[in-house]
Amino acid sequence: MSINIVLAILVTSLATYISRFLGVITSKRIKENSKIFRWFNCLAYSTLSALLARLIVFPAGVLVEVDYLIRFIVIFICLVLFLICKKNFVYPTVLSAFLLAFLSSNF
Amino acid sequence: MINAKYFFKGYISIKGANSPAIALFASFLAIGALFKSIGLNIQESIFSTFLTYALPGSLIMAESLIVGASLLNIFLAVWLVNARLYPMTVSLFPLLAHKSQPKLKYYLACHFIAVSAWLIMKENYQVVERKYRLDFWIGVGAANLSVAVSATAFGFFIADYLNKDMMIGLAIVNPVYFTCVMVGAMKTIQMSLAVILGSVLGILFYFISPEWCILFGGFTAGTFAFFIGELNVN
Repeated sequence: MSINIVLAILVTSLATYISRFLGVITSKRIKENSKIFRWFNCLAYSTLSALLARLIVFPAGVLVEVDYLIRFIVIFICLVLFLICKKNFVYPTVLSAFLLAFLSSNF
Repeated sequence: MINAKYFFKGYISIKGANSPAIALFASFLAIGALFKSIGLNIQESIFSTFLTYALPGSLIMAESLIVGASLLNIFLAVWLVNARLYPMTVSLFPLLAHKSQPKLKYYLACHFIAVSAWLIMKENYQVVERKYRLDFWIGVGAANLSVAVSATAFGFFIADYLNKDMMIGLAIVNPVYFTCVMVGAMKTIQMSLAVILGSVLGILFYFISPEWCILFGGFTAGTFAFFIGELNVN
């Protein structure tokens, strides 16, 4: 293993673990029926949504090469399928891969 | 020690209908292929997924290695993008707390905090006896981590057979899965606002600071959603 890559992996893991570790320390003082717990619940969902929106609108990696419109069409169709299929997660996720691969190679 | 019965109950919960297994497998398969293409070997790839186990952080590490960023830059960028794990831990671990569980176990179990396992636990914690929730959680986390590690290895080995269209197809699976999850979570005004405002502000803050947009956008949106939701309940 080259030393740089191993160091990068260790640094990445540490930077990730810190948030989890601090979360455990904070959660010791928080009761599950308190207001602060509900606030953290909102923060968890809103930061996840912020991350998700960023991944879709300003993606990293190969998704950059796909046109905005195609990305939004795929997300929209899959979301409609999700709602039609009584919130089944399997159909939209499987369809999304094929749909995007098809659209990006043909348009 | 870990209660085996609850550990396995948690472990097999990954088979459920709402399971993130497909999305998890597809995205880590793509990560495995990406790792190979930027020059990691199989041990490093597995080591990375096992130790980090958070997709956006791994993506940032891969991109940083390509551009030759410094370790400090990698640390800050990964910390910022993975800081969401902090509120996620705080909004889950009070539900798992029990006086009979040793403290050290919580610090080890928190490694499994990632969206996939977190969502399974958030939906199932009520059906598990409080005393054993932590063991159940470790089972859920171990199952998700094993999917992620095996997908990384698989992706590494089949990297040469994946063309660009396939990589693009794999890259959208995770965002689609989580869009569905977020829409599914919009059951109360508070949750709906958290999700909608989070996405809108996450994008708006990107124009001010791409690095801090998730943290600032998420914090502002979550706080607004909380207060409006509380006012509505009262």
